[in-house]
Amino acid sequence: MTDTIRDAVKAFVIENFLFGDTTHAIDDMDSFIETGIIDSTGVLELVAFIEDRYGITVADADIVPANLDSLARITAFILSKTASPVAA
Amino acid sequence: MCGFGGYFGAVRDGRALLERMTAAIAHRGPDEQGFFTAEVAGLGHARLSIVGLEDGQQPMSDTTGELTIAFNGEIFNYVELREQLRAKGRQFRTASDTEVILHLYDEIGEDCVSALNGDFAFALWDGRRRRMILARDRMGVRPLFYTRQGERLYFASEIKALLQVPGVVAEIDPIALDQIFTLWAPIAPRTAFHGICELEPANLMVVQEGSVSIRPYWSLSYPDRDAPARHRDKRAAAEELYALLTDATRIRMRADVPVGSYLSGGLDSSITSALAAGMAPGGLKTFSVTFDSAEHDESAFQHEMARALGTQHSAIACGAGDIAAVFPDVIRFAERPILRTAPAPLYKLSRLVRETGLKVVLTGEGADEVFAGYDIFKEARVRRFCGRQPCSRIRPHLFRKLYPYLPGLRQQSAEYLASFFGASGAALDDPLFSHRPRLDGTAATKLFFSGDLRARLSGYDAAEELVTRLPESFARWHPLHQAQYLEARFLLPGYILSSQGDRMAMAHGIEGRFPFLDHRLVEFAAALPPEMKLKGLVEKHILREATKDLLPPTISRRTKQPYRAPDSQSFVGPGARDYVQAALGHAEVSAGGLFNPKAVAKLHEKCSHHPASGFRDNAAFVGILSTQLWLTAFAGAGSSTAKAA
Repeated sequence: MTDTIRDAVKAFVIENFLFGDTTHAIDDMDSFIETGIIDSTGVLELVAFIEDRYGITVADADIVPANLDSLARITAFILSKTASPVAA
Repeated sequence: MCGFGGYFGAVRDGRALLERMTAAIAHRGPDEQGFFTAEVAGLGHARLSIVGLEDGQQPMSDTTGELTIAFNGEIFNYVELREQLRAKGRQFRTASDTEVILHLYDEIGEDCVSALNGDFAFALWDGRRRRMILARDRMGVRPLFYTRQGERLYFASEIKALLQVPGVVAEIDPIALDQIFTLWAPIAPRTAFHGICELEPANLMVVQEGSVSIRPYWSLSYPDRDAPARHRDKRAAAEELYALLTDATRIRMRADVPVGSYLSGGLDSSITSALAAGMAPGGLKTFSVTFDSAEHDESAFQHEMARALGTQHSAIACGAGDIAAVFPDVIRFAERPILRTAPAPLYKLSRLVRETGLKVVLTGEGADEVFAGYDIFKEARVRRFCGRQPCSRIRPHLFRKLYPYLPGLRQQSAEYLASFFGASGAALDDPLFSHRPRLDGTAATKLFFSGDLRARLSGYDAAEELVTRLPESFARWHPLHQAQYLEARFLLPGYILSSQGDRMAMAHGIEGRFPFLDHRLVEFAAALPPEMKLKGLVEKHILREATKDLLPPTISRRTKQPYRAPDSQSFVGPGARDYVQAALGHAEVSAGGLFNPKAVAKLHEKCSHHPASGFRDNAAFVGILSTQLWLTAFAGAGSSTAKAA
């Protein structure tokens, strides 16, 4: 599940922000901002992708680098949003 | 205002070459042409008659025939200089400013440039000492390019004249391309053309047999941060500013033809128009660009200002498709790739001015550099403010206030705002601190460079080179002054005055004049304390104070709206021009060898489907398209290298 999400997000990033350039290696922990992959408009594109693909709503308060600034963070964020609620 | 070309050295068929060079820049001087040849020198001139209509023909020689000049531009203080020279016994045959330079050179040699208040580039042949003097104005308003072929030096107002010289090859300079895709402009003396240089602003070149020397005769400088301020009294400073600006405008109204004025609706051109309106016998004509898109259009302010001044106002509409329609011509005149389409509406505007019969316009250009008007100055201040409290969740919200016109920023959290602007981890001692987010954001466009181009650049860093060009005193200046220097010394001549200024105006034989770039005003403003220019987050504070009685309050208090034009959306969608598809198609991009064709295709597709693409995508799209058009216009058939015709 984790790998599937990670791979899908990575494919989106490569296609949409790197325009298919696979020579640009992206490690799971690489910061999208520090590496110049994503700008302010790019974050909004990324949020739209996550909402469309995974059927979740990303609240304004969730649009922070801690949730979205690397493959690992996005994967964890999507998993947390799509996980089934645990019965009390 | 004109164009010229010439050479130093023995050239076979020199007259014929001069005719070809001058014909290539005939748009700069449609009124008449003239030529001069000597044993080892030649000058050709295309004239736009503005001062001394009947007797100002060029090249112009002195009475001995030993000194001959080809001159582009205006010497605004020529009246005063002529009187001073007459008092010394000098006799004048013409009413032109050109003859003043000849006499002044004869009197004191090449240091005469220090006495000139004007926008100029000239080539002066001194037959006595068998040497050629090339000079350029302080701020870089007028252009001057040169190249060498063996022992010979060729020079001209535009590069297309140099391409007439046998052996000169139109080849893209990869370093210049890297600089454009990082800094928005090449770092002079480099140009987009490999082997063709630009004489830097405020520089003198002396060429004689066996030697070429280049030296600055003036430099932009700011006081040391700890030095006592020269202007502490705000009211006195405002009064002095007003007097200087009024005089700068007055001497720029000198012409034997009517002078008009651009009127964008912003503070700066409103000030120059208001001052000029009181000095224009018969009334002032003003000119504007309007846009279909509300985010770019300022027509309400333009009309308000034109009504307030009672000017005869004309506007040219820039609608869907208009930018694409002229863009290939824009690149042919700009002679370089560009990352924004903003020059295109100005190309249309100068055509409108020409159609109304005017040759000269004032503009408000330069005020943002001189009085700290750009958003980037405020951005740097906010970044420093945030950097002092990196954990603050409140301070980054100030970034939103800076760019209310950028929807991408309006919706961002404080954490993202801080990250985008490097507010938390930025090196405060970075000499490029103020510009680092812009440079990094722009350099992201190099993602599209081909593997071959990347290999040729082999790790070159344009920002690093920029740092090596900073003066030793730079580190002692206030951060605002450091940021102002970066704008005024590099981007102003490298892009604003050239790609957006001289080249777009002269494409239709229009001379722009810039009161805010009078060197007396530039020096005065540089010495002002930073807080008089940028007070808190209010830009151009002292300028507003000095001119508040001149303008309606809605204009005087208006926050700066940067001049922008639609970028990638100008070239996509229904009605897209065929040349765009061809220039960005796989075949031409591959033939050019500069960009990755697959990535370019994806970018084209993305911009076609998402017209609200971000800065990086827009800059890349316009940069790649303009580079491809540059190749077609100059190197031929999409190849990055070709012999000139």
